[in-house]
Amino acid sequence: MTALAAPMTPTRWWQGRAVRRFMSHRLALVGAIMIALLALACIVGPSLLAYDMLQIDLRARFAPPLTGAHILGTDPLGRDVAARLLMAGRISLMVGVLAMVLSTIAGTLVGVVAGYRGGWVGAVLMRTVDGFLAFPPIFLVLALAALLKPTPAMIVVIIALTKWMEVARIVEAEVRSLKEREFVHASRMLGLSSAHIMFREILPNAMGPIIVAASLTVARAILLEAYISFLGYGIQPPLPSWGNMLNGAQQYLASAPWLAIIPGAAITIAVTSFNFIGDGLRDALDVRGELK
Amino acid sequence: MPRSVRSSDSTSVGTDGQAALSVRGLEIGLPAGMERANAVTGISFDLLKGKILCIIGESGSGKSVTANAIMGLLPKAISVRAGEIRLGDAEIVGMPDEALRSLRGRAVSMIFQDPLSALNPLMTVGAQVDEVMAAHDVGTRATRRSRSLELLTEVGLPEPAQMLHRYPFQLSGGQRQRVMIAMALALEPTVLLADEPTTALDVTTQAQILKLIREIQRRKGMSIVFVTHDFGVVAEIADHVVVMEKGHIVEQGTAEQVLKSPQAPYTRRLIAAVPHLTATDRVPIEVARREPVLVCEGLMKTYGGGRSLLDKVLPGKVLPGMFLGQKKSVRAVDDVSFSLGAGRTLGIVGESGSGKSTVGRLLTRLLDSDGGRILFEGRDVATLSEAEFRPLRPKIQMIFQDPFASLNPRSTIGTSLTVGPVAHGTPYAKAAEEARALLAHVGLDAGAFDRYPHEFSGGQRQRIGIARALMFKPKVLVADEAVSALDVSIQAQILALLDRIQRETGVSMIFITHDLRVASQICDEIAVMQKGRIVELGPPSQIFLDPQSAYTRELVAAIPGE
Repeated sequence: MTALAAPMTPTRWWQGRAVRRFMSHRLALVGAIMIALLALACIVGPSLLAYDMLQIDLRARFAPPLTGAHILGTDPLGRDVAARLLMAGRISLMVGVLAMVLSTIAGTLVGVVAGYRGGWVGAVLMRTVDGFLAFPPIFLVLALAALLKPTPAMIVVIIALTKWMEVARIVEAEVRSLKEREFVHASRMLGLSSAHIMFREILPNAMGPIIVAASLTVARAILLEAYISFLGYGIQPPLPSWGNMLNGAQQYLASAPWLAIIPGAAITIAVTSFNFIGDGLRDALDVRGELK
Repeated sequence: MPRSVRSSDSTSVGTDGQAALSVRGLEIGLPAGMERANAVTGISFDLLKGKILCIIGESGSGKSVTANAIMGLLPKAISVRAGEIRLGDAEIVGMPDEALRSLRGRAVSMIFQDPLSALNPLMTVGAQVDEVMAAHDVGTRATRRSRSLELLTEVGLPEPAQMLHRYPFQLSGGQRQRVMIAMALALEPTVLLADEPTTALDVTTQAQILKLIREIQRRKGMSIVFVTHDFGVVAEIADHVVVMEKGHIVEQGTAEQVLKSPQAPYTRRLIAAVPHLTATDRVPIEVARREPVLVCEGLMKTYGGGRSLLDKVLPGKVLPGMFLGQKKSVRAVDDVSFSLGAGRTLGIVGESGSGKSTVGRLLTRLLDSDGGRILFEGRDVATLSEAEFRPLRPKIQMIFQDPFASLNPRSTIGTSLTVGPVAHGTPYAKAAEEARALLAHVGLDAGAFDRYPHEFSGGQRQRIGIARALMFKPKVLVADEAVSALDVSIQAQILALLDRIQRETGVSMIFITHDLRVASQICDEIAVMQKGRIVELGPPSQIFLDPQSAYTRELVAAIPGE
């Protein structure tokens, strides 16, 4: 997972310390392990199960978990819940991660340019950010999802469109303070181009907050995807996602509660794990400059 | 531990009964993984009643840790491992927090290096002085108020009654430090700890604060531990001196003994490294050309100012200083003119806010000037656009004050050094080869190339900063407080390095500093700046022996220890 690899990638001077601090953050470690297991299960799980996610077993409709051949039971059509859950996990995690990547790249670009340039360029970019923030995200997402054809790729774009502003604001503030640092003056003194200063000198120093924001964005993107799919505007059946599995479970809440509980638990685990990772990274990378 | 044994017995000052504070065999541990196991090891000294004891040492010597241990203010990760600290009859080591708190302020109090961060920005001066007394349940509101007034008068603040209602940001650095001293004196402590209280201040302010501390100490018969890195300050104020090196006391004795006939080799080295005023002019370097490399004519820079949006809409209708009205402007550089010959060094000295650093930034075009000309090799570069000036940047290089901040922490030294030349078209292999050669030339080993800034000490980093500036073989080097952040012994080495480089390459230098002693050692000419203007320009012999302006005379008189 990207979020897991993140603390290892940048340069080595804080690598040892940051990894150690991340590892000593118990909840973050639990989160990282949970996400690793979840990802692993979603990747290899479906091929190990005896049933396909679309395979209908009419004799075993509404089978409760742990009672027969279907480990997690079946849904109203007799489809295997375990197979659907893991396939849905692929979709949901993929949507979450890709939306994060897209929104982080867009937000970082806007933030770096706005923060470094300042002046009217910065003002225009940041007022655009404010404009986007002024839209209620849920309605924006629902409206866009209703107008556009909700393929997974489109869902990713729509979610990214409502999430990039926060990264932009964080990066802009960070860059604005970094550009007053002497090493940036030194870069100007050496006659380096603005693009070089922005992306090669300043950006690597702003990676801490970006990584933290990214890991929290994954959690929110997964939640948002579940939300719109639950309302029926997101991932469309028969393709499963955790959100639309919940949607399908609504009318059987009393008779077959596991249909809601199982995908609900998956969402909860994924979202809290990513949040824990985000908290751990925040402490490990010392983003707010606080020492514990 | 032969060193700690020697330091604890032979030259220990004082006898029992007179000591206001006595430290015996103090050992303070550092968390695992630090550069050494103990912050301080086996240190013992006495602070006699009514005396000033100076603890002097370079950065990392453990002097501040010692002061914090006496206050019981050590961070959690650092703890006293052995030894005792006796304050009067009380033993501080192992004392419960509650008891310590009642002792602090009452029996022992502390003043810090940076009064702005030590004062609460949201409370008035009066409220903060009052709070010290209120926290210890001293007096009533009315008596505390009159006592606050008395204290502010005592530390020499102007208009103490008004001062009670002002906020820290409205005061100057010296006034803030006076407020800190008033707070420290509020409960009449027997022992005062001063941790580098004048380091952040200008020389003239430093002289005033030192005088104040000395006066108050005499008047009240207080005992003071004064932590400093500056032998000049020690000479001004100390009765007794403790010299620390890497967590050990290497020498202690009376100020007279230690300053006049230092015994320990470390003390001797330290004293030898202290920059002294040299009023003899520097022997000029032989260069082929004599015409000036850089000439400044009527350079101007104003910060702030300009009209705001509201003022543009309603010209003349908005009062200055009003919300959205005209912004306050400060003339940072006002009609500055000088000329710099090839291979010469021009010193620009002045106190904070004098505009000396702004001049440096204007010369390197890190800031744009508002008026005047900067003639570099006869061509006016002040009005060139960034793109037009970029090809000239390699010729005018800068060495920055803070070697920690001026190197990108995420880049290797090699990258930092080669990135400039590569951007200007030098092939990487050639730039890398030159960088390695330069690193060796400034006294670093070749392995430095692949390492990161955090792996170096302050002095080494400043050598890297110098190497980076030399990568382009510049015509002009602007050194902005290039040695101010360094310990004295390192300072002397860096000054020698700059001198050597100038003799080898014939580069011209603008040396910006607040320290007249340093300027006297390296400069051919010195420009004294005050409030954006050059008040005096001349060779060191004139500036120090026969100053023409009143301000220069004041500055020279304030130099500590001369």
